[in-house]
Amino acid sequence: MKKTLISTAVLMVAMTGTAMAGTLETLKERGALQCGVTSGVPGFSVPDDKGNWKGLDVDVCRAVAAAVLGDATKVKYIPLNAKERFTALVSGEVDVLSRVTTWTQTRDTQLGINFAGVNYYDGQGFLVKKELGLKSVKDLDGATVCVQSGTTTELNMADYFRTHGITYTPVVFDTNDQAAQAFDTGRCDSFTTDLSQAAGLRTRMQDPSAVGALPEVISKEPLGPVVRQGDDTWFNIVKWSFNAMLNAEELGLTSANVDKMKAESSDPNVKRLLGLDGPKGKGLDLADDWAYQIVKQVGNYGEAYERNVGKDSPLGLDRGLNALWNQGGLQYAPPMR
Amino acid sequence: MSSDISNSGHKPDGGSAPQSAPPLSKPKFWNDPKKRSLLFQILLLTALGFVFYTIIENTLTNLEQRGMTTGFDFLSREAGFGIAMSLIDYTEASSYGMTFIVGLLNTILIAVMGIIAATILGFILGVARLSDNWLIAKFSALYIEVFRNIPLLLQIFFWYYAVLRTLPAPRQSIEFLGSFLNNRGLIVPAPVPEDGFGLVIMGFFGAIVASWFIARWSRKRQELTGQQFPVILTSIGLIVGVPLLLFLFSGLPLGLDHPELKGFNFKGGITVIPELMALWLALSIYTAAFIAETVRAGILAVSHGQTEAATALGMSKAKTLRLIVIPQAMRVVIPPLTSQYLNLTKNSSLATAIGYPDLVNVFAGTTLNQTGQAIEVIAMTMAVYLTLSLLTSFFMNWYNARIQLTER
Repeated sequence: MKKTLISTAVLMVAMTGTAMAGTLETLKERGALQCGVTSGVPGFSVPDDKGNWKGLDVDVCRAVAAAVLGDATKVKYIPLNAKERFTALVSGEVDVLSRVTTWTQTRDTQLGINFAGVNYYDGQGFLVKKELGLKSVKDLDGATVCVQSGTTTELNMADYFRTHGITYTPVVFDTNDQAAQAFDTGRCDSFTTDLSQAAGLRTRMQDPSAVGALPEVISKEPLGPVVRQGDDTWFNIVKWSFNAMLNAEELGLTSANVDKMKAESSDPNVKRLLGLDGPKGKGLDLADDWAYQIVKQVGNYGEAYERNVGKDSPLGLDRGLNALWNQGGLQYAPPMR
Repeated sequence: MSSDISNSGHKPDGGSAPQSAPPLSKPKFWNDPKKRSLLFQILLLTALGFVFYTIIENTLTNLEQRGMTTGFDFLSREAGFGIAMSLIDYTEASSYGMTFIVGLLNTILIAVMGIIAATILGFILGVARLSDNWLIAKFSALYIEVFRNIPLLLQIFFWYYAVLRTLPAPRQSIEFLGSFLNNRGLIVPAPVPEDGFGLVIMGFFGAIVASWFIARWSRKRQELTGQQFPVILTSIGLIVGVPLLLFLFSGLPLGLDHPELKGFNFKGGITVIPELMALWLALSIYTAAFIAETVRAGILAVSHGQTEAATALGMSKAKTLRLIVIPQAMRVVIPPLTSQYLNLTKNSSLATAIGYPDLVNVFAGTTLNQTGQAIEVIAMTMAVYLTLSLLTSFFMNWYNARIQLTER
């Protein structure tokens, strides 16, 4: 609440001024990227035991920092809850919002923000205690459901239950963590959120093996990084930073082999991505090797996926929809030329 | 402000008037302190108005430039999300405007419940702290020191997570008097009025009116003859007795809707959600500690001579407290008590931390986020708290003026 109030105050003040300096200039002057993340969703943005932020969303922040400042560590992470996030972005508290945010029409067109891509194709599901023996979401008639406030999840659930004539009582919390905990301690019969987050939050429950997901996936949740409207250069930088990660995976560039490839590869696509040829950093106002820095310091999309949410992580999620387009998934980046 | 300026301007004017008395020409208006001060005030107001105009104008222009939607049209759009507790009919198909009303009513509910409980508890504790009984006085002191010094948010968390969360699941509910207590809340049977219940309600209000007339008559009689009439006992007898008799004679026209465990939760009855209970407990207990201190200060402010005089007249201790001390203490107690009521109302916005659907949680939370219209939503929310606070303080000032000592 306090944060929302402060953000709104900042928003008022920011809106009162007449002009805003470009995000890129401000950022270079500051020497650090301010990135809005969750207050803790395993696999997407969560601090490890040493206090370093880790996750798929965090890697987008790191990629942008690597591209702009040449150093992936120059990021200041600002944890935001779902209610604060857009106000914080629009008021300039953060430069990028990379926080499991679903791309919707209202958000894209009415909040003064732009979605710079989709770094995770997700869908909404329901977690329940296995001992109840539920087979389907339709068995949830009369149930109490824990949910995070200010999310598309909250709206999807209302839509779905209403169209299927299922009665329910929502119990709404500020963070997903609180909602998951409330479900875990028995305040609710079910907990609903995007399935990827559910997988992460489940690992933190008292007995993860006693909790299962119902088969239905009730929504499309394209999650991606978000920027303020009205600064196209910055929009492009974030968009292409993520595209570079996807293209790097497609071209087989990894953080391990990128130096070798830079020296040896004769593939024109690789050369263009690494800034030896082609458009380089010109249109983006960045150094020519911006994409090289991303691959070198953060890695390609596949690497980021596997270490954060994929098979090298406790979540162990399949690539599924998030495989590259040529491997049966939806991840498809425009070519870099 | 205006009187200040014109007053300070008056003195030199008054002093210089006799000197320039003979040639009586009208002074230039800038030499006239009255007109001058008026001019400055108009200038200041204009400047202030301009500043506010610029702020609003710039904000609107910039919001438009960023492609952000403004205005209050969103209030009539469909909200599309559920709310856990609502005092009025609310469905997902209701408008955002309705979410505002649902949140507002929930805020008023918790504020009123909190104020009543905190006042009762606070007065008992405040009097208890001055008790001659060592145990009672020390217990009260301990209570006040403990609850006054722990941050409210922590107390809310304590009640919510440590106490109410550990209650059993619905199937293992604690059952008493047809009610059930579990980690989903307290489920009590709901009264269902049947034919003839209107008579009972009419009897109740009739008794209240009758009590008022009796009180007036007895006051007059006491002023004339000095004879006392047991007004309070009669009134209680009337207000409880009349509806009760009517209720019995009209054949108990009140059914009970008993809660029943069906599926996941109890169906029927009234559910008091744990979020409301936790918030109510925490707010009442916390504010009661402050009210207790206010009451103690008020009682101590009544000079000891008054008590001694009452004792000398042979009044009992209870009578002294009721007739001599408390009426005089109230004059000291009311203004700080008002502040405590305002604090409680505003503190109720901490509800958002445990998910009680109050105005801040529902409207300045979900609605704000779903519509993205932060400025409008926060402005409306602030206006609500301002209005609630002003109303409370208006009422308390009126009450204060009523009980003020009238000098004869």
